[in-house]
Amino acid sequence: MTSRAQDGAPPVLEVVAIGKRFDGVQALRSVSLQLHAGEVVALIGENGAGKSTLMKVLAGVHQPDEGSLRLLGREVRFADPKAALAAGIALIHQELNLCDNLTVAGALFLGRELRRGPFLRKRAMDRQAVAALARTGLEVSPHRLVSSLAPGQQQLLEIARALHGRARVLIMDEPTSCLTDTETQRLYAVVRELKAQGTAIVWITHRMAEVLELADRVVALRDGEHTGEIAGADATHERMVAMMVGRQLRSQLRPAHPPGEVALVVRGLCTRAFPRASVDFELRCGEVVGIAGLLGSGRSELLRALFGVDRAVAGQITCCGVQLGGHDPADAVRAGLVLVPEDRKLQGLVLGMSVRENLSLATLRARGTFVDGAYERDLCVRAIADLAIATPHGEQRVAVLSGGNQQKVVLGKWLAAEPRVLLLDEPTRGVDVAARAEIYARLHELAGRGVAVLFVSSELPEVLALADRCLVMHQGRVEGELPRQRMSEAAILTLATGKGVA
Amino acid sequence: MKKLLGITGLLLAVFVVTTLLAQQADGSNSFLTAYNLQNLLQRVGMFGILSIAAAFVIVTGGIDLSIGAVVCTAGCMLPWLLKDCALPPWLALPLVLLLCAGIGLWHGILIVGLRLQPFVVTLCGLLLYRGLMRWFTNDQTMGLGSDVEGLRWLANGRIPITASFGFPVSALILLVVAVLAAVFFQRTVWGRHLFALGRNEEAARFSGVATGRLTILAYVVCSLLAGLAGCLFVLYVNSAGASSFGNFYELYAIAGAVLGGVALRGGEGTILGVVLGSSLMQVLAMAIVIVGSGNQLEFAIVGAVILLGAAADEGVRRLLRRRR
Repeated sequence: MTSRAQDGAPPVLEVVAIGKRFDGVQALRSVSLQLHAGEVVALIGENGAGKSTLMKVLAGVHQPDEGSLRLLGREVRFADPKAALAAGIALIHQELNLCDNLTVAGALFLGRELRRGPFLRKRAMDRQAVAALARTGLEVSPHRLVSSLAPGQQQLLEIARALHGRARVLIMDEPTSCLTDTETQRLYAVVRELKAQGTAIVWITHRMAEVLELADRVVALRDGEHTGEIAGADATHERMVAMMVGRQLRSQLRPAHPPGEVALVVRGLCTRAFPRASVDFELRCGEVVGIAGLLGSGRSELLRALFGVDRAVAGQITCCGVQLGGHDPADAVRAGLVLVPEDRKLQGLVLGMSVRENLSLATLRARGTFVDGAYERDLCVRAIADLAIATPHGEQRVAVLSGGNQQKVVLGKWLAAEPRVLLLDEPTRGVDVAARAEIYARLHELAGRGVAVLFVSSELPEVLALADRCLVMHQGRVEGELPRQRMSEAAILTLATGKGVA
Repeated sequence: MKKLLGITGLLLAVFVVTTLLAQQADGSNSFLTAYNLQNLLQRVGMFGILSIAAAFVIVTGGIDLSIGAVVCTAGCMLPWLLKDCALPPWLALPLVLLLCAGIGLWHGILIVGLRLQPFVVTLCGLLLYRGLMRWFTNDQTMGLGSDVEGLRWLANGRIPITASFGFPVSALILLVVAVLAAVFFQRTVWGRHLFALGRNEEAARFSGVATGRLTILAYVVCSLLAGLAGCLFVLYVNSAGASSFGNFYELYAIAGAVLGGVALRGGEGTILGVVLGSSLMQVLAMAIVIVGSGNQLEFAIVGAVILLGAAADEGVRRLLRRRR
């Protein structure tokens, strides 16, 4: 398989030294890329490597700070997604983006309805819709409701929508993340067909199998930079991982704690997101274990099921000798298991309440019917001092604190419950460097006191720095386990991208 | 407390304006009489309980539109139990309250268990209970007659303070309910949790708060208090007709709570504010009668004042925020 890029035909779309910054973070650094008609370019990279940012720049969602875009040799600037769409560049988001209360035809024509004066030309739209759908091999009635379609059909409908707007460049952000195998196969066929018709396709993916299946070229990003490009025919799993990683290993070695007795036993646990994949593992007192994996690999769902916020489909959880199952968070807390959740503002804190009220929210109930004011004030003073929470006083509304300090409040709330198993979901997301170091130090200290720590992180350096061992998840399963001496970004990524099953 | 300044000011303004207008009308101070104050406090007592009932569910971020229908249910069932079933008051009153609490339990289970919207559940309740009562009483007015005078003391009794002024028992009942509710809101862990789940139910759940059970509890308390007020109302007027008894009371209740600073988005409000808010509603209603600007305009004036209060409240809040 070679691309048709030869013969000096100008690329459909050329990205020249694009740079993009967000609040001082360099999301893209001088990235260049050429797209030719009738080729599929796979874009790979770790979480946060800049893939989505690059695609959003192409689709007019973001405007580049540096560099330029050239469409058929002419320099262009897209003020918004509408302008990009008009120029023939369509972005299909990772999450499906259709108004599912509309009919298929309605969704297809949304925003560009055919009309006569103020009236819709429904019959004409239905007729055109059937033709447009046929191009993507989707055979459903234009009168069906979008909500009644399977995810794969909705994906095809999105593509039909993009093509109907005469897209020359189709950007798909992890298009198979919610598709079944059959639906994925169907999508492959459609993509090949589109390719034959001369559409340029950018395929963002985490799954190596897809790259090997479809790509004419593979481009890798890391930390916002273009780090390598190979022809699809030469792509191997190892070479792609090498392009994605390559970072210096920053191992902050710490004295390994001798693991104590078993604190948490998980047997055959199935979450609702992956009802057919079961998880087994054990966690010992004094251990710090990381769960790595790509977005959507079922890591958060696992933690939520352990804590009892979500009901598990099946499986057994034993925490410090207490059987949990069909439990709610209060049961988990009683058994000594707590969760610092992923979304601090939505799940971790009651933003309208004070630091004091947030700190005591989880433990007040255990201290009687009436609010124990002395306990609450004492807890508040202690937590602010212990965790170095930067707040003028405990009555401050927690909403006005910085991300790092908010996270410390969530941590303080749970440390007040004196947990024996501490689960953390992305403990340092959106947390500044200083607070991050303090949180790491605190986790080490807890492990030293015999608390079992299990954390999910999308940042590999964090996993490498913190964890005694690491579980790597893929599609709801623990794909593999790495002890500290075998942990490396390459090893983790190999497991995370499903080498074992692909 | 700062938030209550606005409502207190409005309450005083309505008092002063009414007094002046009444003086102008007939040259004497015909508004601020002991008799009027007694009546006012008596009505504040009953409607205040309703507003506290509404506050319980609004704090969770929900709403109860069936308060008036529950008032009607209590108003029809109490005479029926006392007269037709000849039950003694000490049995009839708890039975009615139990029935009303059961209605609240039913609301809570539908809302928490089946995840139905509070608006829908209680809107259907509004139609359902009044409809059932009309059928049950065959649209006959349920009267108490003259042999339950002892019980009627709860609604009409006065505790003499001076020769011409007695403190109404219903206002005393409100005082007790308000103190209990305030202690629940401010001093108990349940109250704290109720406010937390009203502001961010998910974070409360992630903190191990039993959000479902607390929400159900709020609806039970709401209907129970509505039932209590319903009993007082029927003892007050001595009879209840299912087709009109308690009509629109849910709106008075909600308006009083919201006027008193209970945010409809949940998680905000004080019992003192609620009592002040529902007092304002009653002062206004009475002022309209006394000044005699025509009963036809009553609803329009009430609506305008609530709107004014809400706008002023928002204005003050914005001013405070800008100052910060």
